[in-house]
Amino acid sequence: MTTGPRGMRTIRSRRALAGYLFILPFIIGFLAFMVRPMISSVIMSLNEVTLSAQTGVTQKYVGLANYSYAFTVDPEFNQMLVDEVIRMVTHSLATMVISFMIALLLNQRFRGRTLARAIFFLPVILSSGVLVGIETDNSLIIGMKELIQESNGVNISDALITLLNASGAARSALDVVYELINAVYDVVMASGIQIIVFLSGLQTIPRSMYEAAEVEGSSAWESFWMITFPIISPLLIVNMIYTIIDFFMKTDNQIMEKIHEEMFINLNYGLSSALSWIYFAVAIAMIGISSLIISRGVKHYE
Amino acid sequence: MSRHETAKRSGFWLRNRKSGGMLLRQSVHQRAGSVLRALMVFGLCFLIIQPILDKISVSFMQERDLYDTTIIVVPRHLTLENYSLASLLMNLDKSLLNTALISLLTSVLQIIACALAGYGFARFEFPLKKLWFACVILVIIIPPQTISSALYLHFRYFDILGIFARLTGGPINLKGSTLPYLMLCATGMGLKNGLYIFMIRQYFRSIPQSLEEAAYVDGCSTLGTFLRVLLPQAVPILVSCFLFSFVWQWTDVFYTRLFLPTANVMYLSVRLSGLAESLRTYVSTRLGIPSPPIGYVMQIISTGVLIVAAPLLLIYVFAQRWFIETISATGIKE
Repeated sequence: MTTGPRGMRTIRSRRALAGYLFILPFIIGFLAFMVRPMISSVIMSLNEVTLSAQTGVTQKYVGLANYSYAFTVDPEFNQMLVDEVIRMVTHSLATMVISFMIALLLNQRFRGRTLARAIFFLPVILSSGVLVGIETDNSLIIGMKELIQESNGVNISDALITLLNASGAARSALDVVYELINAVYDVVMASGIQIIVFLSGLQTIPRSMYEAAEVEGSSAWESFWMITFPIISPLLIVNMIYTIIDFFMKTDNQIMEKIHEEMFINLNYGLSSALSWIYFAVAIAMIGISSLIISRGVKHYE
Repeated sequence: MSRHETAKRSGFWLRNRKSGGMLLRQSVHQRAGSVLRALMVFGLCFLIIQPILDKISVSFMQERDLYDTTIIVVPRHLTLENYSLASLLMNLDKSLLNTALISLLTSVLQIIACALAGYGFARFEFPLKKLWFACVILVIIIPPQTISSALYLHFRYFDILGIFARLTGGPINLKGSTLPYLMLCATGMGLKNGLYIFMIRQYFRSIPQSLEEAAYVDGCSTLGTFLRVLLPQAVPILVSCFLFSFVWQWTDVFYTRLFLPTANVMYLSVRLSGLAESLRTYVSTRLGIPSPPIGYVMQIISTGVLIVAAPLLLIYVFAQRWFIETISATGIKE
C-alpha cells in the first residue's frame, strides 16, 4: 500500500507475467495440439479429403455435404444417434441414482466399510483402456467364432437360441433379466468416481443437523429430503457432467465405432470429422440441458 | 449362558415391556437393516469382483477343464501354461519394460505441466485468465476422439516427413516419433490432463496464501516459492495425479496407437488388444490348425488381462488411499 499506484502496478504486472509463464506450457499445448487440429478437423468436415502416397493430403471443398450425407443419406447414422442419446440419458440417470444410493450405503457405519469403498472404486483403475470389454467387443473373436462355426458345422449359440425359443415366453423373461443385470453391472462399473464424490459430500454434513431434525420430530425420510438432498444437490451437476463426458468418451459405443471405421477403414476423413462434430454437439447439448435442469432444481431447494 | 447375560437378556424383555414393544421393534428394525445392507454391499461388491475371480480361475485351467461341465470354479488340472503362452505372445519382458518406461515418462511430464498450470490458475491474476481457464474446461470436455482424425493426419504428416512406408505397408522405422506424444504430455495435452490441471488447481487454492506471503517477505523468488514452499505442500495431489496418469496410460490404447510407434516397439495394451490375432498365427504356424477353439482364445485373453492388470492391482492395494482421498478432497469443492 505504501508503494503507491505505480509500485502496485509493477508488482501486479510482474505477477501477471509470472502467471503467464506458469501456464505457458498449457497455452502452447492448447494452441498447437487442440486448436490447430480442431480447426483442421472443421475444415476437413467441410471437404472431401483424399489421401494418396504421392500427393499426400488433398482436400476439395464440398460445403455441408458431409453433414447432409450423415443425416439424409447414411442409412444407420440417425438411428445410431437416437439410440446413443437414449442410452446416454438412461445410463446417466441410472448412474446418478445408483451411485447416490451406494454412497448412502457406504456413509453408514459398518465393518468392512473401507474395503467396500475400495472395491467400488476398483473399476476406475481396472475398467479403463484395453481392459474394457476385451472379450465381448473384440470383433476379431466374433469373426473367428463365425469362422469356427462355419467350418465345424456346429453352432452353439444358434442351438441355444432354438432351444430357448421352444420354451416360448421364458426367453423374453430371460432376456429382460439378463439385460437388467447387464445394465446394473455397466452402471456400477462406471460409477466409481461419482460414488466417492457423493460420499465425500455426505461426510461433510454434520451429525448434529440430523439430531436436531430428529428432535424436531422429522422422520428419516423427511430429513433425507430436507437435509441430505439439498446439501448434496450441487454435486449432482459435477457428477452428471462427469458421467456424460465419461459415457461420451467410451470407445465401445456405436457412434465411436462408426467414426473409427469411417476413418481407419474407409479412409473417409471428411465424413468421420463431420460425424464426430455432430456427436460432440449432441454431447455438449446434453451437458447444457442437464446442468440447466439440475441447477433449476438446486435453486429451488436453497 | 452366563448369569450376566441372562440378566441382560431378561433386562431386555423387561425394558421392552416397559416401552410397549418399542425396543423390540427398534432392534429388529436395526438388525434387519444391517442384514439388508450387508446383502446389498456384498452383492454389489461381488458384481465388481466376480469377473476378476472368474478370469483367475480360468487362467489356471487346462483347456479340457473348460469343456468339463462338472468343473465350475476350481480347476481340476492346474497349469501355468496359459501364463507362459500369454506372456510369450505378448512379448512380456519387452513390452512390460516399454510400458513401464513410457508410463513413467509421460506421467512425470504430464504432472510437471499440470502442476505448473494448476499453480498459475490458482494463485495468479492475469489478463484473460477466465478465458484460459475456460480452455482447460474445454480440454476436459472435448474428447480426443473428436479431433482424432486431424491428430491422426498430423501423425501421418510426421510419417511422411522422415519415415515413409506406412501406406505401402512395409516395415516402418518410427523410432523418432515417440517425440510428438512426449510433446503432448509436456504441454498438458495428454490423456485426461485437463482433469489433473483442474484437480491440482483446486488443491493449491486450499493451501493458505499466508505461506507464500511469508516466503515473499523472506525474499524468496516466485519460482523458488513454488518449488520450495508450495510443491512440498501439494505432494498428496501430485502423487495421486501421477498414479492416475500412470494407471490410465498403462491401459491406454487410443493414444498409444495414435502416437506411439507400435510396429517394432511393444506396449502391453496394444499387445493385449492384438492377443487373439497373435494366438491364431501362433497356433496356425506351430500346430497347423487354422484357428484355435474359441474357449481357448478366451482363456488366453483372460490370462493376458490378468497379466496386464496385475501391476495395477498391486499399485492400487498399496496406494488406495492416494486414489480415493484426493478425489474426495477435490471433488466436493466447486
